[in-house]
Amino acid sequence: MTSDPTTEVPRDEAGQTLLQKRVDRRRALGILLGGAAAGTSAVAACAPVSAMTPESKEAKLLAWREYIKGNYRTMTEAERAETIARLERLAELKRGVDVTIQSTGAQPGVVFGYGFNISKCKGFRSCVEACINENNLDRRAATQYIRIFEMEDGVIDFDHADATFQHEVPAEGHFYIGTQCFQCADPPCVKVCPVGATWQEPDGITVVDYDWCIGCRYCMAACPYWARRFNWDEPEVPAAELNTNQHYLGNRARKAGVVEKCHFCIHRTRKGQLPACAEACPTGARVFGNLLDPNSEIRWVLANKRIFRLKEDLKIEPRFWYFTD
Amino acid sequence: MHLKPFVLTALDSATSGGRRYHVWMGGLTLIMLVGAYAYSLQLRYGLGVTGMNDHVSWGLYISNFTFLVGLAAAAMMLVLPAYILKDVDFGRAVLMAEAVAVAALVMCLAFVVVDIGNPLGGWHLMPGIGFLNWPRSLLAWDVLVLNGYLALNLAIPFYILYSRFSGRQPDKRKYIPWMYIAVMWAVSIHLVTAFLLAGLPARPFWNTALLGPRFLASAFTAGPAFVILLLWFIRRETEYKISEGAFAKLALITTVAAQINLVMLGSELFYKFYSPTHHGINARYLFFGLDGHNALVPWIWTAIALSTVATIALMIHPVRRNPRWLIPACAALFVGIWIEKGIGLVVPGFVPSPLGEIVEYTPSLVELGVTAGIWALGMFVLTVLVRVALPIELGDVRSPYIDERRVTTIVRPRSSRPPRADVRPVRTR
Repeated sequence: MTSDPTTEVPRDEAGQTLLQKRVDRRRALGILLGGAAAGTSAVAACAPVSAMTPESKEAKLLAWREYIKGNYRTMTEAERAETIARLERLAELKRGVDVTIQSTGAQPGVVFGYGFNISKCKGFRSCVEACINENNLDRRAATQYIRIFEMEDGVIDFDHADATFQHEVPAEGHFYIGTQCFQCADPPCVKVCPVGATWQEPDGITVVDYDWCIGCRYCMAACPYWARRFNWDEPEVPAAELNTNQHYLGNRARKAGVVEKCHFCIHRTRKGQLPACAEACPTGARVFGNLLDPNSEIRWVLANKRIFRLKEDLKIEPRFWYFTD
Repeated sequence: MHLKPFVLTALDSATSGGRRYHVWMGGLTLIMLVGAYAYSLQLRYGLGVTGMNDHVSWGLYISNFTFLVGLAAAAMMLVLPAYILKDVDFGRAVLMAEAVAVAALVMCLAFVVVDIGNPLGGWHLMPGIGFLNWPRSLLAWDVLVLNGYLALNLAIPFYILYSRFSGRQPDKRKYIPWMYIAVMWAVSIHLVTAFLLAGLPARPFWNTALLGPRFLASAFTAGPAFVILLLWFIRRETEYKISEGAFAKLALITTVAAQINLVMLGSELFYKFYSPTHHGINARYLFFGLDGHNALVPWIWTAIALSTVATIALMIHPVRRNPRWLIPACAALFVGIWIEKGIGLVVPGFVPSPLGEIVEYTPSLVELGVTAGIWALGMFVLTVLVRVALPIELGDVRSPYIDERRVTTIVRPRSSRPPRADVRPVRTR
């Protein structure tokens, strides 16, 4: 079994560079004509308000209200409801999609943890695919939160691992190890953010307020697990493939120029479901649960398996453990 | 009072000049326009038009930023002896150095603005209406210290120039305390920028205690070297006389700082390569390449060759004293440190990634265009500031509203130096 090849193009190869790398002719022409087009749209923007349709007028007003809103963390419940209503309406006006954005808070007595069974993972990357679909990841840039590394049997050596393998799996003499955001207890990415656009929720999930992020990418430099992704271009998700079950701090629409990351499928897990990756895994390599619940599977793994975490020396306490059968 | 004529005179000074001046300014304007067009593409299509990617998430912009912070900081190094130790030789060099600081800061801020993905969200940084994550985020510190430093470097020269323009001696009690603050501030802007990188355990290449001191040493090499180039040009082109003594001292500062810089580079190389650990893998990529990936190798060795040769040359007294050698040596140091402190510092922090993946970085044409545009902007600002400051310093222009009698009978505070030592007599016409 191999996973869908469209999901396997790493960001850096697909991320084309204008005027320099592989830009197809039509797109290049479009870009070169961009100046002229920008002029035209500027004229359109200056057109008298009466010339606009009621919908575009409403969309402009909503976009303006969205621009001046505050940080989600400092909003009152009423303000949160208002911005969600605006975002839902904007999605309808601009893309004709009917999305539902939750603001479900952290549940009391819950801190999430993740276990990854190295013995079981076979490198199918069903988790990667599920994540892309569940979290509305940019299809054009082929953004992926999860990275599956193929390593030769023996030691765990990321320097000689391959995360871009394109062949039938499991390959002879190899094993697989997955990474994503480890939701560290002392996240180095959070403290560096100059505007407080990313923070740790009480259930241990580090989230990003996409509308507050200024896109400086300091958090990307600070993450020792390479878990954060940037929207280098306007993200594209075909309307037919859009997951309309969304969360403000999770899989709602992002825009160009902001950072995003794995959020343990906050829209699912806060309602008691598994994250999409854990649910999609056909081999049962992924164990997810509440660390504060003594009867949870993750607690059983932590108590009964030989476990380890990556880069323990950094003392940032990732909540993501590896184990073997 | 004198403000309107001051502004008008400044505009006049900045816009009038010979043919070569207009060609220079026209050329800079052209490059700025190219940069503006390149930036418009970036605004329209996102940062995807640059060579940056999720692996190398900072590139040419932040590289230039880290270098230019040093240039800005180093200018204050010259202020210290001139105003606080009352070194008269330096007095004339200082205003020029502060113009360099302002131009460098303008470029710094421009490089940060073009690097951020959501510039319209810039107001999120403003305390009060936004949220500045201070004191936890070093980037928040950087925002504060850079803007504060810019304010100081605008205010102090403005006060001095405006006083002279109005026919008054600038009052030392009013500006010297701010000078002290500015000198300490200069050290802080550079240390904060170094800490911004050094504080990330995720990136072992930067995560070293030596990074801050290395930043200072390289800044105090490249900064005075650039000021020497500027003063040499001013001396050649204008009647603003800068003494040999000022050049000698600047050259000495440059030489000493360049030596310290090389010593620190040597310590860093020893630490990374004598007992190579996994933490040295980024340095290995930078200096020798990794698995056939060696985009930065020619750059860093060019930088080291330039710095080493120039430093050795400057250590020989007759060579340092001869402008024919001093000028190319300073240019070599400037370029060498621009590479070492720019691309050679920022990019290898990302290659290989924390998970061992190697993705190399090459700036795109758009990125090069924006970068060239910002450098042109900086040179434009510098030229204007120097053009405005020079005639006032030379006494060629004065406010038309000055009461002539009061100027000649100006009373100096007893505490100030004797009139003989004053290198800036107010020439009245």
